[in-house]
Amino acid sequence: MKHFLLAASLIVSAPAAMACETVTIGDLTVEHAWSKATIGAGRPGVFYVGITNAGSADDALIGIATPAAGMPMLHETVVQDGIASMPHAMSIPVPAGQSVQLSPGGYHGMLMGLTTALKEGDSFPVTLIFEKAGEVTMNVDVLSLRAEGPDCADAGQ
Amino acid sequence: MLGVGAYRTRNRPALSEVLPLPIGEMSWALTDHRGQSVRPTDWARRPVMVFFGFTWCPDVCPTTLSDISLWLEELGADADRMIVALISVDPERDTPAVLADYVSSFDPRIIGLTGPADEVAKAAADFRVTYRRVDKDGGDYTMDHTAGVFLFHPDGRFASIIDFHEDRRFAVPKIRRTLS
Ligand SMILES: [Cu+2]
Repeated sequence: MKHFLLAASLIVSAPAAMACETVTIGDLTVEHAWSKATIGAGRPGVFYVGITNAGSADDALIGIATPAAGMPMLHETVVQDGIASMPHAMSIPVPAGQSVQLSPGGYHGMLMGLTTALKEGDSFPVTLIFEKAGEVTMNVDVLSLRAEGPDCADAGQ
Repeated sequence: MLGVGAYRTRNRPALSEVLPLPIGEMSWALTDHRGQSVRPTDWARRPVMVFFGFTWCPDVCPTTLSDISLWLEELGADADRMIVALISVDPERDTPAVLADYVSSFDPRIIGLTGPADEVAKAAADFRVTYRRVDKDGGDYTMDHTAGVFLFHPDGRFASIIDFHEDRRFAVPKIRRTLS
């Protein structure tokens, strides 16, 4: 119960302001982290983000952590012969000089075991764990279930 | 060249087996998100757009319903007579009440359908849709399922599929062809 309250208090309600936060770690720039509102806490949430590697060495996203979910995982939506599935992704490559999007219909963070329902306008922290660059924490904006992406001034998608 | 042609001809019957049945030849009985019973005959003389999915899924299903909502907005009142339905492949978790909560986030013309497992199976067979349960650690499960959006003419004939990764610019013209 104590753990639940602590986790719930980490989810901040900020209806008007969209964070559209950009963070950097080493040669990596991480931005436009967003999620979708959920129906209750029994269904998983989702996590999308853009990562740019300006360096000359390949890196990879190997995990995510968040107080908002008991079991966050990396997934990839795959459509084969018209059938969609979402296998676990052990790691998401972030090649040197390239940008990688975790975006609808592709790679995504799957937030299983939500501590509380995600509501539009909330935000919560997610720590991204990279193979070489290490860990970086940023705020994730919760948009509506219908959203197709964040409305950041510099959104490149 | 001749070889290819002969191959195609020989495979034609197999190909027609994978096309969805005309709506009028379907036989399922489902319940919508308001608790009303729905049968294929209720869709007579209406253009139809159907997508199979489930509310537990946070990626493919909301993305498709967002796309459908955008298409419906672009079509405006022209699409008011169209039946637009999400059929759940996860009736165990998707009760009409859950579906009501879910579809309320999208265009109000979208309805949710669920029902007993055997009726969902019947609908999937009629649409030539595949789905299967995939168990995850900790007792949770997800569903693999056909991700395309099915379109039918007002006379019930199958029109086309909008594939999940298809260029979205082709979607609205495809839908428009079923509206007249
Ligand atoms: Cu997933």
